Amino acid sequence: MSISIPGDLRYSTSDEWVRTEGEEVVIGITDYAQDALGDVVYIELPAVGTVLTPGESFGVIESVKASSDLYAPVGGEVVAVNSDLEGDQEPINQDPYGAGWLLRIRPSGEEEQLMDATAYAAYCEERAH
Amino acid sequence: MLKRTPLFVTHVGMGARMVEFGGWEMPVQYSGIINEHMAVRQGAGLFDISHMGRFMVRGPQAEAFLQYVASCNVAAITLGQANYGLLCQPDGGIVDDIFIYHLLDEYLVVVNASNRDKDWAWLTQHSAGFDVELEDRSERWAMLALQGPAAEQLLCQAEDSTTHDLAHLPFHGVALTTVFGQTALIARTGYTGEDGFELFFAAGAAPEMWQRLLALGDVKPCGLGARDSLRFEPCLALYGHEISATINPYEARLGWVVKLDKGDFVGREALAAIKQAGPTRRLTGFELVGKGIARGDYAVHSVEGEPVGVVTTGMPSPTLGKPLGIALVPTALSSEGSAFDVIIRDRPVRARAVKMPFYKPRYKK
Repeated sequence: MSISIPGDLRYSTSDEWVRTEGEEVVIGITDYAQDALGDVVYIELPAVGTVLTPGESFGVIESVKASSDLYAPVGGEVVAVNSDLEGDQEPINQDPYGAGWLLRIRPSGEEEQLMDATAYAAYCEERAH
Repeated sequence: MLKRTPLFVTHVGMGARMVEFGGWEMPVQYSGIINEHMAVRQGAGLFDISHMGRFMVRGPQAEAFLQYVASCNVAAITLGQANYGLLCQPDGGIVDDIFIYHLLDEYLVVVNASNRDKDWAWLTQHSAGFDVELEDRSERWAMLALQGPAAEQLLCQAEDSTTHDLAHLPFHGVALTTVFGQTALIARTGYTGEDGFELFFAAGAAPEMWQRLLALGDVKPCGLGARDSLRFEPCLALYGHEISATINPYEARLGWVVKLDKGDFVGREALAAIKQAGPTRRLTGFELVGKGIARGDYAVHSVEGEPVGVVTTGMPSPTLGKPLGIALVPTALSSEGSAFDVIIRDRPVRARAVKMPFYKPRYKK
């Protein structure tokens, strides 16, 4: 099992990734998370304009077997949601760091304690045993 | 320490995702639950179910003993046939659901993995006074399930086997055969709602049997995830969910497995009274009118907001493409079209009772 962990992202302990793009951040779930969850069949995301605080549950992602909460790795206002995922959640499994992105946020500056790729890789490795 | 089947190393080596289930370390999925699920609905899938319990019952009073502990009519299970039954408590609650196979001079009783120790103790305890011998064959034998519409044709082609005339093995029939040179019991039974077979054979032969069955053709290795979703659609009960020590057969809509007129058996008196009075709660299938996915153990409220029941199993149905569930609710809410709410993440989501099963089994009868 080889898990993809891009070096330019930051990661939360609840397996979300954060990519900084100018003034905004994009978030999604990691390859480790999608692999653990299995085929995603349902996702519930917040409306644009919702203000999230770090660590807040902002939605839910479900596979045949399991249901999992999504937690905001950073605080801020939701400026876009990936509406393509409403009808087809496959990108979350196929391309979790690309087409499977979840939210675009204008950050408030508050955030959870995030890991770099090396620390996150160790964190995943730890849980594999 | 979790228990392992004779195929543990095989599963890990083939990249299965392993999880804990009822004290066992088992594969939950190989290629993915939906992929495996559809393979069994459309072609064939192979399951390691060696974690289940396999008990032999023999002796002059084997039939009389099973007739006394099981709810079904064991006398009606002819040689070479198998049937579904329940072990009930004196109060009518369910100890376990079992399959009884009538073999030459003995019966094979297959029980749930999570209930193996409990059932063994239950059977041993109730065997007092009967001239029977019980033997736990669980460790000596492995058990595989080859399920799906293509299963018969694939098995018929197996080399070094006496399975070429499997077409004549009836629904719930069981026969002693040779499969890949290995002596095996083969039964037309399963837990998927499809035609298929369960094989019992020496544990040491399991890795080779597994590989050779997969090599028969387009056979997908499957895990417990697909086993659960496949049994859920035809609404086959899972112990600890639809049935338990505190759920009786009438509540679980398993009244057809209880033969009150066959003579005395454990639980008969209580079950007769429950049937007479009518169950106060019952299982019902439901679909969600609102958005979300109901899962086992979620609370069920009346539309007025009163807690009235619980979801026993819920998931998105891979075959039907929508979230469905089974809930234990007051009898009044168990008829088709009844409305109630399932509490999903602290929010009531409206649900509507629908007919069970969600998927009509396609057994070869």
